[in-house]
Amino acid sequence: MSIENLKTYDPFAEADEDTGESKQAQNYIHIRIQQRNGRKTLTTVQGLPNKFDRKKILKVIKKKFACNGTIVNDTEMGEVIQLQGDQRKDVQEFLIDKKEGLELDPKTIKVHGF
Amino acid sequence: MATEEHSDTPDRKSRKSVVFDTEAVVVEGDGTVTKMASAEAAQDSAQSHAPSTPPLSDALGAFTNPNEAPVEEQAPAEDGLDLSMMKKKKKKSKKTEEADGEAAADGAADEGGLDLTMKKKKKKSKKTEEDELAAKIAALEMGEEGAEDQAEEPKEEQTGDMDKGTGIWTHDETKPISYELLLSRFFNLLAQKNPDHASSGSKNYKIPPPQCMREGNKKTIFGNLPDICKRMKRSEEHVTSYLFAELGTSGSTAGAGQLVIKGRFQQKQIENVLRKYIIEYVTCKTCRSADTELNKGENRLYFINCHHCGSRRSVTAIKTGFSAQVGKRRKMRTG
Repeated sequence: MSIENLKTYDPFAEADEDTGESKQAQNYIHIRIQQRNGRKTLTTVQGLPNKFDRKKILKVIKKKFACNGTIVNDTEMGEVIQLQGDQRKDVQEFLIDKKEGLELDPKTIKVHGF
Repeated sequence: MATEEHSDTPDRKSRKSVVFDTEAVVVEGDGTVTKMASAEAAQDSAQSHAPSTPPLSDALGAFTNPNEAPVEEQAPAEDGLDLSMMKKKKKKSKKTEEADGEAAADGAADEGGLDLTMKKKKKKSKKTEEDELAAKIAALEMGEEGAEDQAEEPKEEQTGDMDKGTGIWTHDETKPISYELLLSRFFNLLAQKNPDHASSGSKNYKIPPPQCMREGNKKTIFGNLPDICKRMKRSEEHVTSYLFAELGTSGSTAGAGQLVIKGRFQQKQIENVLRKYIIEYVTCKTCRSADTELNKGENRLYFINCHHCGSRRSVTAIKTGFSAQVGKRRKMRTG
């Protein structure tokens, strides 16, 4: 049972789109792929939980998958990890992996692209 | 009907019981099938049906009192059954083995060997748990061997054409028919008498394969987008926006409804994306039918209405996420 008066949020306030969307984005981790020139591709990992240090993750990933990568600071999406090449599968496995990964729930990860 | 192809396997979950003109085929909740062609047959099937449960209790009895119970309980049951029954029993115990390893092991041991060597083995192995387990495994193996030997025989016996009603299927045949045969007969009849049954509610949903051509070196033309959209009953804009979001590119529509996508894509890749689209925005999650409609509900949310089962669910709006800047920086700055 919850008492309606004790709820912290105001039900009559305007539903703020921005906060809602950012929350949604935080729920899911999106792994995307982008084509570059030729056979080259880019992999972007968006929406990693804030409890992780992106720099450290990137360092591990770069070593593990033998690719270069950067952290891009996007105004809307926050910090996005950008990797060279198609690393979608590797990244997904890394995020889920219990032993040497981030132990994330596979349901929170969305892999996009073809 | 939105479905084009008949799926080759009939939809098995849709009906609990089906009554045919002359005989009743009853599917029970646990998946057992009983056929009642005549009074005689009904008796047979009832008979054949009953013993499929005792082994469990036997097994349980054996589990609680492994040294005494099986000999008395198992022996009469064995006399009353013929070989096909044994096979059935074996099936049952195999199933329970998955659910309850130990009880099943005991049950299998009972079945496999009512001979004394097995019993001795079991008695000896009571000392420690590990020994017991090993013995059980051994007993299981022994039991399986025994069951296989017995299972060989009914196969030879139970032959005959079920359509013509020969062999085991003759009208006044009193031998109990094995479960597998009955089950196959049931599905045969089901497919025969209801040819449309397989197609209704089938999840086989077909769209024409996307036609992809290369325009120049860096663009792909997606030729039959309007066709596919019509088939899916979705607006072209929705599909294109999804495609662009997923592929992480942009593009434009050329004349005749063709879509020009930046980047090189093969037909297979586009097909994959379309498949994802169908799963997310076309098929109904409850009944899996593709006969659905996408429309804007209140407060800017998209809803899928299913025409088949009437369910309604909300779907996420298409969002293009972060897209990295690709290409020359100088161009981006100036352009």
